[in-house]
Amino acid sequence: MAGGTERALRSRIKSMQATKKITRAMELIAGSRIVKAQQRVQAAVPYSEQITEVVRDLAAAGASSDLPLLVGRDEIRTTCYVVISADRGLCGGYNTGVQRAAEGEIKADVAAGRGYTVVPVGRKAEGYFRFRQYNLGTAFGGFSDAPSYADAKQIGEYVVDLYASGEVDRVELVYTRFISAGSQEVVLRPLVPLSADTVAGGDGKAGSTDGSGGDYEFEPDPTTILETLLPRYVEARIFAALLNAAASEHAFRQRAMKSATDNAEELIRNLSIVMNRARQDAITTEIMEIVGGAEALGSGKNPSVRYVDLLGESLVTSPETGDN
Amino acid sequence: MSASFSVEVVSPESVLYSGEATMVITRTLGGGEIAFQAGHAPFLGALDASHTRVFLVDGAVEDIAVHGGFVEVSNNKVSLLSDTAEVASAIDVGRARAAKERAEERLRHEHDAEATAALGRANARLSAAGHS
Repeated sequence: MAGGTERALRSRIKSMQATKKITRAMELIAGSRIVKAQQRVQAAVPYSEQITEVVRDLAAAGASSDLPLLVGRDEIRTTCYVVISADRGLCGGYNTGVQRAAEGEIKADVAAGRGYTVVPVGRKAEGYFRFRQYNLGTAFGGFSDAPSYADAKQIGEYVVDLYASGEVDRVELVYTRFISAGSQEVVLRPLVPLSADTVAGGDGKAGSTDGSGGDYEFEPDPTTILETLLPRYVEARIFAALLNAAASEHAFRQRAMKSATDNAEELIRNLSIVMNRARQDAITTEIMEIVGGAEALGSGKNPSVRYVDLLGESLVTSPETGDN
Repeated sequence: MSASFSVEVVSPESVLYSGEATMVITRTLGGGEIAFQAGHAPFLGALDASHTRVFLVDGAVEDIAVHGGFVEVSNNKVSLLSDTAEVASAIDVGRARAAKERAEERLRHEHDAEATAALGRANARLSAAGHS
Protein backbone atom coordinates (compact mmCIF):
# COMPACT_ATOMS: atom_id res chain seq x y z
CA MET A 1 0.00 0.00 0.00
CA ALA A 2 1.31 3.45 -0.92
CA GLY A 3 0.99 5.02 2.56
CA GLY A 4 2.78 2.02 4.08
CA THR A 5 5.91 2.48 1.94
CA GLU A 6 6.09 6.09 2.94
CA ARG A 7 5.91 5.27 6.61
CA ALA A 8 8.58 2.57 6.29
CA LEU A 9 10.89 4.96 4.44
CA ARG A 10 10.34 7.66 7.01
CA SER A 11 11.41 5.37 9.84
CA ARG A 12 14.46 4.22 7.89
CA ILE A 13 15.51 7.80 7.35
CA LYS A 14 15.07 8.50 11.04
CA SER A 15 17.29 5.59 12.08
CA MET A 16 19.84 6.62 9.46
CA GLN A 17 19.93 10.10 10.91
CA ALA A 18 20.53 8.67 14.37
CA THR A 19 23.40 6.54 13.01
CA LYS A 20 24.83 9.54 11.28
CA LYS A 21 24.87 11.47 14.53
CA ILE A 22 26.82 8.69 16.21
CA THR A 23 29.37 8.29 13.44
CA ARG A 24 29.82 12.04 13.23
CA ALA A 25 30.50 12.17 16.98
CA MET A 26 33.02 9.33 16.72
CA GLU A 27 34.70 11.07 13.82
CA LEU A 28 35.13 14.25 15.80
CA ILE A 29 36.39 12.44 18.88
CA ALA A 30 38.93 10.47 16.85
CA GLY A 31 39.99 13.66 15.12
CA SER A 32 40.74 15.41 18.39
CA ARG A 33 42.58 12.35 19.71
CA ILE A 34 44.86 12.15 16.69
CA VAL A 35 46.39 15.46 17.69
CA LYS A 36 46.97 14.31 21.23
CA ALA A 37 48.37 10.97 20.13
CA GLN A 38 50.64 12.70 17.66
CA GLN A 39 51.99 14.93 20.41
CA ARG A 40 52.73 11.85 22.50
CA VAL A 41 54.62 10.30 19.59
CA GLN A 42 56.64 13.49 19.33
CA ALA A 43 57.23 13.64 23.08
CA ALA A 44 58.68 10.13 23.05
CA VAL A 45 61.16 10.91 20.30
CA PRO A 46 63.88 12.58 22.45
CA TYR A 47 64.10 9.61 24.79
CA SER A 48 64.31 6.98 22.08
CA GLU A 49 66.78 9.10 20.14
CA GLN A 50 69.04 9.53 23.11
CA ILE A 51 68.87 5.93 24.18
CA THR A 52 69.72 4.89 20.63
CA GLU A 53 72.66 7.23 20.73
CA VAL A 54 73.86 5.78 24.01
CA VAL A 55 73.61 2.25 22.62
CA ARG A 56 75.59 3.34 19.59
CA ASP A 57 78.23 5.05 21.68
CA LEU A 58 78.58 2.00 23.85
CA ALA A 59 78.93 -0.23 20.84
CA ALA A 60 81.48 2.16 19.36
CA ALA A 61 83.37 2.19 22.64
CA GLY A 62 83.76 -1.54 22.37
CA ALA A 63 81.37 -2.71 25.02
CA SER A 64 81.18 -6.44 24.99
CA SER A 65 78.91 -7.37 22.13
CA ASP A 66 78.30 -10.96 23.08
CA LEU A 67 75.35 -10.13 25.32
CA PRO A 68 72.44 -12.45 24.57
CA LEU A 69 70.18 -9.60 23.48
CA LEU A 70 72.71 -8.48 20.90
CA VAL A 71 73.79 -11.76 19.40
CA GLY A 72 71.40 -13.51 17.10
CA ARG A 73 70.99 -17.24 17.26
CA ASP A 74 72.50 -19.27 14.45
CA GLU A 75 69.36 -21.22 13.82
CA ILE A 76 66.00 -19.49 13.96
CA ARG A 77 63.52 -22.12 15.06
CA THR A 78 60.80 -20.04 16.65
CA THR A 79 59.77 -16.48 15.96
CA CYS A 80 57.65 -14.41 18.28
CA TYR A 81 55.33 -11.88 16.66
CA VAL A 82 54.13 -8.99 18.76
CA VAL A 83 51.03 -7.84 16.91
CA ILE A 84 49.76 -4.44 17.93
CA SER A 85 46.09 -3.84 17.14
CA ALA A 86 43.19 -1.89 18.61
CA ASP A 87 40.91 -2.85 21.46
CA ARG A 88 37.81 -1.82 19.55
CA GLY A 89 36.54 -2.09 16.04
CA LEU A 90 34.91 0.55 13.87
CA CYS A 91 38.24 1.69 12.55
CA GLY A 92 38.17 0.55 8.96
CA GLY A 93 40.97 -1.71 7.84
CA TYR A 94 43.23 -0.92 10.78
CA ASN A 95 42.99 -4.24 12.60
CA THR A 96 42.76 -6.36 9.48
CA GLY A 97 45.90 -4.71 8.15
CA VAL A 98 48.18 -5.79 11.00
CA GLN A 99 46.47 -9.14 11.39
CA ARG A 100 46.92 -9.97 7.74
CA ALA A 101 50.57 -8.92 7.77
CA ALA A 102 51.25 -11.08 10.83
CA GLU A 103 49.29 -13.99 9.43
CA GLY A 104 51.28 -13.87 6.20
CA GLU A 105 54.57 -14.06 8.12
CA ILE A 106 53.29 -16.90 10.26
CA LYS A 107 52.15 -18.90 7.24
CA ALA A 108 55.57 -18.41 5.65
CA ASP A 109 57.21 -19.63 8.86
CA VAL A 110 54.98 -22.66 9.07
CA ALA A 111 55.65 -23.47 5.43
CA ALA A 112 59.38 -23.29 6.13
CA GLY A 113 58.97 -25.62 9.08
CA ARG A 114 59.65 -23.03 11.75
CA GLY A 115 57.67 -22.43 14.90
CA TYR A 116 56.01 -19.20 15.99
CA THR A 117 54.28 -17.58 18.92
CA VAL A 118 51.85 -14.71 18.64
CA VAL A 119 51.80 -12.10 21.38
CA PRO A 120 48.66 -10.11 20.61
CA VAL A 121 48.49 -6.57 21.93
CA GLY A 122 44.95 -5.21 21.84
CA ARG A 123 41.74 -7.18 22.22
CA LYS A 124 40.96 -7.35 18.52
CA ALA A 125 44.17 -9.16 17.61
CA GLU A 126 43.73 -11.46 20.59
CA GLY A 127 40.22 -12.43 19.51
CA TYR A 128 41.31 -12.90 15.93
CA PHE A 129 44.25 -15.17 16.64
CA ARG A 130 42.55 -17.06 19.45
CA PHE A 131 39.53 -17.83 17.29
CA ARG A 132 41.79 -19.19 14.57
CA GLN A 133 43.70 -21.25 17.12
CA TYR A 134 47.14 -19.85 16.59
CA ASN A 135 49.87 -20.44 19.17
CA LEU A 136 49.36 -17.63 21.60
CA GLY A 137 51.66 -16.26 24.23
CA THR A 138 50.43 -13.89 26.88
CA ALA A 139 47.95 -11.39 25.49
CA PHE A 140 48.07 -7.74 26.42
CA GLY A 141 45.27 -5.25 25.97
CA GLY A 142 43.08 -2.53 27.35
CA PHE A 143 45.33 0.39 26.57
CA SER A 144 45.35 0.78 22.80
CA ASP A 145 43.84 4.29 22.97
CA ALA A 146 46.51 5.79 25.18
CA PRO A 147 49.35 3.43 26.01
CA SER A 148 51.58 4.29 28.96
CA TYR A 149 55.24 3.45 29.40
CA ALA A 150 54.30 0.93 32.08
CA ASP A 151 52.38 -1.03 29.42
CA ALA A 152 55.39 -1.06 27.15
CA LYS A 153 57.54 -2.16 30.06
CA GLN A 154 55.27 -5.11 30.77
CA ILE A 155 55.41 -6.28 27.18
CA GLY A 156 59.15 -5.65 27.04
CA GLU A 157 59.87 -7.70 30.12
CA TYR A 158 57.73 -10.55 28.87
CA VAL A 159 59.34 -10.58 25.44
CA VAL A 160 62.90 -10.35 26.76
CA ASP A 161 62.10 -13.24 29.11
CA LEU A 162 60.77 -15.31 26.23
CA TYR A 163 63.94 -14.66 24.31
CA ALA A 164 66.29 -15.22 27.24
CA SER A 165 64.64 -18.51 28.17
CA GLY A 166 65.27 -19.77 24.64
CA GLU A 167 61.57 -20.25 23.91
CA VAL A 168 61.85 -18.00 20.91
CA ASP A 169 64.90 -17.13 18.83
CA ARG A 170 63.65 -13.89 17.40
CA VAL A 171 61.04 -11.26 18.19
CA GLU A 172 59.35 -9.15 15.56
CA LEU A 173 57.01 -6.22 16.01
CA VAL A 174 54.02 -5.85 13.70
CA TYR A 175 52.31 -2.50 14.00
CA THR A 176 50.96 0.44 12.04
CA ARG A 177 53.41 3.25 11.68
CA PHE A 178 51.99 6.75 11.80
CA ILE A 179 53.49 8.85 9.03
CA SER A 180 50.93 11.63 8.94
CA ALA A 181 47.23 12.04 9.57
CA GLY A 182 46.71 11.04 5.94
CA SER A 183 49.00 8.06 5.69
CA GLN A 184 49.94 5.13 7.86
CA GLU A 185 51.55 1.86 6.95
CA VAL A 186 51.75 -1.58 8.45
CA VAL A 187 55.36 -2.42 9.21
CA LEU A 188 57.25 -5.44 10.45
CA ARG A 189 60.31 -4.58 12.52
CA PRO A 190 62.80 -6.93 14.09
CA LEU A 191 63.03 -6.20 17.81
CA VAL A 192 65.20 -8.88 19.40
CA PRO A 193 68.04 -9.66 18.91
CA LEU A 194 69.23 -6.13 18.42
CA SER A 195 71.52 -6.20 15.47
CA ALA A 196 73.40 -3.19 14.17
CA ASP A 197 70.70 -2.40 11.63
CA THR A 198 68.01 -2.83 14.28
CA VAL A 199 69.63 -0.09 16.27
CA ALA A 200 69.67 2.14 13.22
CA GLY A 201 66.11 1.39 12.14
CA GLY A 202 64.14 3.17 14.84
CA ASP A 203 61.07 5.29 14.35
CA GLY A 204 62.81 8.47 15.29
CA LYS A 205 65.25 10.30 13.10
CA ALA A 206 68.34 8.49 11.99
CA GLY A 207 70.40 10.34 14.58
CA SER A 208 73.88 11.69 14.20
CA THR A 209 75.69 9.90 11.47
CA ASP A 210 79.22 10.64 12.54
CA GLY A 211 78.95 8.07 15.33
CA SER A 212 82.24 9.22 16.77
CA GLY A 213 81.59 8.69 20.43
CA GLY A 214 85.03 9.89 21.36
CA ASP A 215 86.78 8.57 24.42
CA TYR A 216 84.09 7.99 26.96
CA GLU A 217 84.50 7.41 30.63
CA PHE A 218 82.26 4.71 31.96
CA GLU A 219 80.84 4.08 35.36
CA PRO A 220 80.33 1.19 35.92
CA ASP A 221 82.04 -0.59 33.02
CA PRO A 222 80.52 -0.47 29.52
CA THR A 223 79.30 -4.05 29.53
CA THR A 224 77.34 -3.59 32.75
CA ILE A 225 75.81 -0.39 31.44
CA LEU A 226 74.86 -2.08 28.20
CA GLU A 227 73.34 -4.94 30.13
CA THR A 228 70.99 -2.66 32.03
CA LEU A 229 70.44 -0.45 29.01
CA LEU A 230 69.30 -3.03 26.46
CA PRO A 231 66.04 -4.01 28.16
CA ARG A 232 65.25 -0.28 28.47
CA TYR A 233 66.01 0.07 24.82
CA VAL A 234 63.63 -2.74 23.90
CA GLU A 235 60.95 -1.10 26.05
CA ALA A 236 61.50 2.26 24.39
CA ARG A 237 61.11 0.62 20.98
CA ILE A 238 57.89 -1.08 22.03
CA PHE A 239 56.62 2.15 23.54
CA ALA A 240 57.31 4.04 20.33
CA ALA A 241 55.47 1.33 18.39
CA LEU A 242 52.50 1.50 20.78
CA LEU A 243 52.28 5.26 20.42
CA ASN A 244 52.51 5.04 16.65
CA ALA A 245 49.82 2.39 16.64
CA ALA A 246 47.54 4.49 18.86
CA ALA A 247 47.89 7.52 16.60
CA SER A 248 47.26 5.35 13.54
CA GLU A 249 44.21 3.81 15.16
CA HIS A 250 42.67 7.22 15.73
CA ALA A 251 43.48 8.29 12.17
CA PHE A 252 41.92 5.10 10.78
CA ARG A 253 38.87 5.51 12.95
CA GLN A 254 38.41 9.10 11.90
CA ARG A 255 38.59 8.13 8.25
CA ALA A 256 36.23 5.19 8.66
CA MET A 257 33.73 7.29 10.56
CA LYS A 258 33.95 10.10 8.07
CA SER A 259 33.08 7.80 5.21
CA ALA A 260 30.31 6.26 7.31
CA THR A 261 28.88 9.73 7.90
CA ASP A 262 29.15 10.55 4.20
CA ASN A 263 27.44 7.29 3.32
CA ALA A 264 24.65 7.97 5.77
CA GLU A 265 24.17 11.42 4.29
CA GLU A 266 23.90 10.01 0.79
CA LEU A 267 21.51 7.29 1.87
CA ILE A 268 19.35 9.83 3.63
CA ARG A 269 19.27 11.98 0.50
CA ASN A 270 18.34 9.07 -1.75
CA LEU A 271 15.77 7.74 0.66
CA SER A 272 14.23 11.20 1.00
CA ILE A 273 13.81 11.37 -2.76
CA VAL A 274 12.21 7.94 -2.83
CA MET A 275 10.02 8.84 0.12
CA ASN A 276 8.86 12.11 -1.43
CA ARG A 277 8.09 10.32 -4.64
CA ALA A 278 6.12 7.68 -2.74
CA ARG A 279 4.19 10.36 -0.93
CA GLN A 280 3.47 12.22 -4.15
CA ASP A 281 2.40 8.94 -5.74
CA ALA A 282 0.05 8.29 -2.88
CA ILE A 283 -1.47 11.75 -3.16
CA THR A 284 -1.84 11.45 -6.92
CA THR A 285 -3.43 8.06 -6.55
CA GLU A 286 -5.87 9.42 -4.01
CA ILE A 287 -6.85 12.33 -6.23
CA MET A 288 -7.23 9.95 -9.14
CA GLU A 289 -9.45 7.78 -7.03
CA ILE A 290 -11.62 10.69 -6.00
CA VAL A 291 -11.84 12.02 -9.54
CA GLY A 292 -12.49 8.53 -10.85
CA GLY A 293 -15.17 7.98 -8.26
CA ALA A 294 -16.82 11.28 -8.97
CA GLU A 295 -16.66 10.60 -12.68
CA ALA A 296 -18.23 7.21 -12.20
CA LEU A 297 -21.01 8.90 -10.32
CA GLY A 298 -21.41 11.73 -12.83
CA SER A 299 -21.22 9.58 -15.94
CA GLY A 300 -24.48 7.76 -15.17
CA LYS A 301 -27.15 8.43 -17.86
CA ASN A 302 -29.70 9.47 -15.34
CA PRO A 303 -27.97 10.48 -12.09
CA SER A 304 -31.03 11.99 -10.54
CA VAL A 305 -32.66 8.60 -10.40
CA ARG A 306 -30.37 7.39 -7.66
CA TYR A 307 -30.71 10.56 -5.67
CA VAL A 308 -34.39 10.33 -5.93
CA ASP A 309 -34.17 6.85 -4.63
CA LEU A 310 -31.93 7.69 -1.71
CA LEU A 311 -32.89 11.17 -0.70
CA GLY A 312 -36.31 12.17 -1.78
CA GLU A 313 -36.12 15.96 -1.23
CA SER A 314 -32.63 16.67 -2.77
CA LEU A 315 -33.90 16.35 -6.30
CA VAL A 316 -33.18 20.05 -7.03
CA THR A 317 -29.46 20.05 -6.20
CA SER A 318 -28.38 16.66 -7.34
CA PRO A 319 -28.24 17.27 -11.09
CA GLU A 320 -25.70 20.11 -10.56
CA THR A 321 -23.36 17.87 -8.56
CA GLY A 322 -23.68 15.10 -11.01
CA ASP A 323 -22.76 17.30 -13.96
CA ASN A 324 -19.19 17.89 -12.86
CA MET B 1 80.72 32.44 37.40
CA SER B 2 81.70 29.27 35.66
CA ALA B 3 80.75 28.29 32.15
CA SER B 4 77.37 26.73 31.60
CA PHE B 5 76.14 23.75 29.64
CA SER B 6 72.76 22.37 28.74
CA VAL B 7 70.97 19.75 30.79
CA GLU B 8 68.10 17.53 29.75
CA VAL B 9 66.12 15.14 31.85
CA VAL B 10 64.24 12.85 29.50
CA SER B 11 61.67 10.22 30.36
CA PRO B 12 60.00 8.00 27.77
CA GLU B 13 56.80 10.02 27.86
CA SER B 14 58.24 13.51 27.78
CA VAL B 15 61.18 15.81 28.31
CA LEU B 16 60.87 16.55 32.02
CA TYR B 17 63.39 19.26 32.28
CA SER B 18 65.74 21.12 30.04
CA GLY B 19 67.83 24.16 30.71
CA GLU B 20 71.25 25.71 31.21
CA ALA B 21 73.22 24.78 34.27
CA THR B 22 76.65 25.22 35.78
CA MET B 23 76.76 21.94 37.65
CA VAL B 24 74.82 18.69 37.93
CA ILE B 25 75.16 16.23 40.77
CA THR B 26 73.76 12.73 40.44
CA ARG B 27 74.59 9.24 41.59
CA THR B 28 75.82 6.36 39.47
CA LEU B 29 75.29 2.69 40.11
CA GLY B 30 78.04 1.55 42.44
CA GLY B 31 80.10 4.66 41.86
CA GLY B 32 78.57 7.06 44.33
CA GLU B 33 77.76 10.68 43.69
CA ILE B 34 79.29 12.42 40.76
CA ALA B 35 79.24 16.06 39.71
CA PHE B 36 79.49 17.36 36.17
CA GLN B 37 80.63 20.81 35.24
CA ALA B 38 81.10 22.49 31.91
CA GLY B 39 83.70 20.82 29.74
CA HIS B 40 83.45 17.45 31.43
CA ALA B 41 84.96 14.59 29.46
CA PRO B 42 82.49 12.38 27.61
CA PHE B 43 80.89 10.15 30.17
CA LEU B 44 78.37 7.33 30.22
CA GLY B 45 76.93 5.89 33.38
CA ALA B 46 74.07 3.88 34.79
CA LEU B 47 72.17 5.74 37.50
CA ASP B 48 71.01 4.71 40.92
CA ALA B 49 67.91 6.14 42.60
CA SER B 50 69.10 9.51 43.69
CA HIS B 51 68.32 13.08 44.51
CA THR B 52 69.80 14.81 41.48
CA ARG B 53 70.65 18.49 41.82
CA VAL B 54 70.88 20.79 38.86
CA PHE B 55 72.61 24.11 39.65
CA LEU B 56 71.14 26.63 37.27
CA VAL B 57 72.90 29.59 35.73
CA ASP B 58 70.97 32.06 37.88
CA GLY B 59 72.05 30.31 41.07
CA ALA B 60 68.84 28.45 41.70
CA VAL B 61 68.92 24.71 42.28
CA GLU B 62 66.49 22.35 40.60
CA ASP B 63 65.87 19.22 42.66
CA ILE B 64 64.89 16.13 40.74
CA ALA B 65 64.28 12.64 42.05
CA VAL B 66 65.72 10.25 39.46
CA HIS B 67 64.97 6.55 39.84
CA GLY B 68 67.53 4.70 37.82
CA GLY B 69 68.35 5.29 34.20
CA PHE B 70 71.43 6.55 32.42
CA VAL B 71 73.50 9.64 32.09
CA GLU B 72 75.39 10.65 29.02
CA VAL B 73 77.77 13.57 28.87
CA SER B 74 79.10 14.68 25.52
CA ASN B 75 79.71 17.92 23.67
CA ASN B 76 79.04 19.97 26.76
CA LYS B 77 75.61 18.49 27.19
CA VAL B 78 74.33 16.34 30.02
CA SER B 79 71.41 14.03 29.28
CA LEU B 80 69.72 12.07 32.00
CA LEU B 81 67.56 9.25 30.66
CA SER B 82 65.19 7.80 33.17
CA ASP B 83 62.10 5.61 33.20
CA THR B 84 60.82 7.60 36.13
CA ALA B 85 61.96 10.96 37.34
CA GLU B 86 60.10 13.70 39.14
CA VAL B 87 60.89 17.34 39.68
CA ALA B 88 60.61 18.37 43.33
CA SER B 89 57.31 20.22 42.86
CA ALA B 90 55.62 17.09 41.53
CA ILE B 91 56.57 14.86 44.44
CA ASP B 92 53.87 13.72 46.83
CA VAL B 93 55.71 13.92 50.15
CA GLY B 94 53.03 12.11 52.12
CA ARG B 95 53.09 9.20 49.76
CA ALA B 96 56.86 9.02 49.67
CA ARG B 97 56.99 9.03 53.48
CA ALA B 98 54.41 6.24 53.66
CA ALA B 99 56.38 4.27 51.10
CA LYS B 100 59.54 4.77 53.12
CA GLU B 101 57.90 3.49 56.29
CA ARG B 102 56.47 0.50 54.48
CA ALA B 103 59.86 -0.36 52.99
CA GLU B 104 61.62 0.02 56.35
CA GLU B 105 59.01 -2.16 57.98
CA ARG B 106 59.62 -4.89 55.45
CA LEU B 107 63.36 -4.61 55.70
CA ARG B 108 63.14 -5.12 59.46
CA HIS B 109 61.79 -8.60 58.87
CA GLU B 110 63.68 -9.75 55.86
CA HIS B 111 66.18 -8.43 53.44
CA ASP B 112 64.72 -8.25 49.99
CA ALA B 113 65.92 -6.37 46.98
CA GLU B 114 62.57 -4.90 46.10
CA ALA B 115 62.13 -3.26 49.48
CA THR B 116 65.68 -1.92 49.34
CA ALA B 117 64.97 -0.38 45.96
CA ALA B 118 61.68 1.05 47.22
CA LEU B 119 63.48 2.58 50.19
CA GLY B 120 66.05 4.11 47.87
CA ARG B 121 63.32 5.64 45.72
CA ALA B 122 61.44 6.99 48.72
CA ASN B 123 64.61 8.51 50.13
CA ALA B 124 65.45 10.10 46.79
CA ARG B 125 61.97 11.61 46.58
CA LEU B 126 62.03 12.94 50.13
CA SER B 127 65.48 14.36 49.73
CA ALA B 128 64.56 16.06 46.47
CA ALA B 129 61.42 17.50 48.01
CA GLY B 130 63.48 18.97 50.83
CA HIS B 131 62.35 16.61 53.60
CA SER B 132 64.94 14.19 54.85
